[in-house]
Amino acid sequence: MFEITTTRANPMVDPALHVWGWEIPVYLFLGGLVAGMMIISGYLLFRGGHRNVRSAALMLPGVSVAMLTAGMLALYLDLEHKPYFWRLYTSFEPLSPMSWGAWILALVYPALIANLLLRVPGRLARRWPWLAELSGRLVRHQLAVRVIGAANLFLGVLLGVYTGVLLSALGARPLWNSALLGPLFLVSGLSTAAAFVHIIAPDPLDKRLLARADNVFLASELMLIVLLIAGLLTATRAHIDAAAMLLGGAYGAAFWVLVVGLGIVVPLVIQTLAVSQRIRHTQVAPVLVLAGGLALRFVIVYAGQASRWPVAS
Amino acid sequence: MARFGMVIDTRTCVGCMDCVVACKTENDVPDGRCRDWIVQQTEGTMPELRLEIRSERCNHCDHPPCVDCCPTGASHIEDFGTTVQIDAKLCIGCKACLASCPYDARFIHVEGYADKCTFCLHRVRQGLDPACVAVCPTHCMSFGDLDDRISAVSRLVNARAHHALLPEAGTGPRIFFLT
Repeated sequence: MFEITTTRANPMVDPALHVWGWEIPVYLFLGGLVAGMMIISGYLLFRGGHRNVRSAALMLPGVSVAMLTAGMLALYLDLEHKPYFWRLYTSFEPLSPMSWGAWILALVYPALIANLLLRVPGRLARRWPWLAELSGRLVRHQLAVRVIGAANLFLGVLLGVYTGVLLSALGARPLWNSALLGPLFLVSGLSTAAAFVHIIAPDPLDKRLLARADNVFLASELMLIVLLIAGLLTATRAHIDAAAMLLGGAYGAAFWVLVVGLGIVVPLVIQTLAVSQRIRHTQVAPVLVLAGGLALRFVIVYAGQASRWPVAS
Repeated sequence: MARFGMVIDTRTCVGCMDCVVACKTENDVPDGRCRDWIVQQTEGTMPELRLEIRSERCNHCDHPPCVDCCPTGASHIEDFGTTVQIDAKLCIGCKACLASCPYDARFIHVEGYADKCTFCLHRVRQGLDPACVAVCPTHCMSFGDLDDRISAVSRLVNARAHHALLPEAGTGPRIFFLT
């Protein structure tokens, strides 16, 4: 026999760690979605998307600001010592991914607002004509547009990777202890963003381009998940046990059905058929991709917290 | 600079929980939370059973992941004894430190900040032992400077068989259990 009894019963820690509820997966999902939209918007700007009034590039910054703010609100709700939130911005801790994230977010907002200025929404332009004038001046300068596009692309990649590194830096949780989480969350962010833009894009060319891109993102995501599991299964006992939680344990059903099945494989098949024009483009695949991206964050955050090193050595 | 640590003799610890009660009293730890706790580990096959009783707490690691992951510097290494401490006025309650600790030694105080064992630095500064060590009825706990070769803790670690918890986690725990 091997039996452990403990007198410790701290809330959120025992019997299994559960410090992060719905707020963090939602924040990571929205952060990844915004990161993906920044990358897509930056790319479209590079291709001259700002000249096309129907381009999705011009819709994304406004949506991104709203979603990021909602994500930040979720993050704020998760904090236990809320009045001290501002302390994030009184220091920079180079070893802390969360500190990096706070400062990346501080740069993301100005980049999104600069992007937003390329096409000021009509109501704002009527209220503050100088904004429309500034926007006109910006759009005329190709270099300015490219700098804004590049800034959005670069910060989008940083934001997307950070959402994964935030977890992978916590070595005490074997499930998260993989450098692949950063790329996985980045690619998942890109795939959810492509799906979201596919739903809202008014231009059919954008729609087609994004459906094609989403197939690449989804296939890459599937490959990264396989590599993540393979990496865990070939590591220590703690990591093998962590992988088992996803493969057949408490989180197995959610992982296989919601994340892999409905979130990746089914939309990949639908979109492959749609791209090769065997069936029509519908909203089904993008909606599944978005739901799968959210499910991925929930499963990884919840299962990761429950994973642990063996109690005794 | 001193490097404070603790040595606990599992052969004399009886799991009476005096250390837990002393800590809660000394540090005004809220009800339902604890900075130290008792673990009973039983292994083997009847009748060949081995029982180990351990008084556990924050290991004040040499390479504390809770300090690295803290986004505000609230979790820090105090110069005095190079122990891991928390500045509640800097803590935002993000709980990254709770998730980073392989010992699950931290918790959220009812006031919202992360909390854990401090090695009773306020007592140690006055030349006293931590409360848990001071009250132990079997004198199974010793506290002192692990870098001082003639300190009680160094001598015990050098003379007796011992183990630390999860050395494979790589954090360099500073609490040693004599076996």
